[in-house]
Amino acid sequence: MTRDLWPYVLLILVGFLPNEIWRWIGVVLSRGIDENSELITWVRAVATAILAGVVAKIIVFSPGALASVPLPVRIGAAVVGLLAFFVLRQSVFAGVFTGVLAIIIGALMMG
Amino acid sequence: MGPSGATAVAARAPTLDPSVTNIAPTPLAGFIAGLKAALPSVFLLVLVGTYISIGALAHDLGFSVLWVVLSTVLVWAAPAQVIILTSLGAGAAPLEIAIAVSLSAMRLLPMVVSILPMLRTPATKLRGVILLAHFTAVSMWVEVLRLAPALPREARIGFANGIGTVFMGGAATACVLGFYLAAALPSLLVGALLFLTPMSFLVSVTRGARVLSDRLAFVLGLGIGPLIAYQQIGLDLLWTGLLGGSAAYALARLRRALR
Repeated sequence: MTRDLWPYVLLILVGFLPNEIWRWIGVVLSRGIDENSELITWVRAVATAILAGVVAKIIVFSPGALASVPLPVRIGAAVVGLLAFFVLRQSVFAGVFTGVLAIIIGALMMG
Repeated sequence: MGPSGATAVAARAPTLDPSVTNIAPTPLAGFIAGLKAALPSVFLLVLVGTYISIGALAHDLGFSVLWVVLSTVLVWAAPAQVIILTSLGAGAAPLEIAIAVSLSAMRLLPMVVSILPMLRTPATKLRGVILLAHFTAVSMWVEVLRLAPALPREARIGFANGIGTVFMGGAATACVLGFYLAAALPSLLVGALLFLTPMSFLVSVTRGARVLSDRLAFVLGLGIGPLIAYQQIGLDLLWTGLLGGSAAYALARLRRALR
């Protein structure tokens, strides 16, 4: 196996397999699992917290080009976007669009 | 999803276009209807935005465009892909990444379980089911739950696969677009593209988290995540998940017990 293939092997091993296996188990178990069972509730809470951790890390410890935007602007834009989401009747599009617009404007004003 | 959840979703849906629902009861007719139903979907827009961002992230972290497109087709879960990209980019151990991806993917299990009974017929072949399971992601799941019940049962799996095909195809294309935009655009706009990912997760999870444990988990995760990461503790994502998620679960349970 050449070095060039290693990133793709990794993709299969740490990306595809740990992810897809849950879909396959879902197929097998498609009868009888109670979505409201305590175990599933806890698992969903852990998964949600992980996702939140990922979101927060991208905002606080930003990669690449986002890092050149000041931290208060990044956090502020996220808050503005969330506010827009709530105000505009829970529109996902409005929230995301406003947040991105806010970060562009904020970066131009403060950066 | 229990009966009350599904009917609540259906009750909120706008009147469905008869050209979508009056179709022949075959998988192929369903598939074509799915393709048509997915195109005007707001989720396609959000997916395109999110995946432009993921393509840009992959470019900024030094991945190849082929790799990120393959990750989109094979993994088909934006949170997992972002975990893989940012963790591999930061040099985390493969085992930690696999565990974090696995934990973030557990949400797929109840999603598959909750739509399959509604879509299946006794005549359904396994390959249609496996494809459907692979296409299952939050956006596809929401739209299928909303639209599929109005269709003849024999067409439903084809329908769901049609939606999945357009969503995945759109995402893969957006991924390539984002990758090359990141190379060509000024830094500020690339930063804005990168910001699309946390922003879309933030908003869509806020909208989608119905139960108290999920809402608390999200808020706690937002707060705990940077703290643990700042301490440079290994396996920080897993700790964030375990601590934040368990605390949220416990608090929600406590609140139920106190009522």
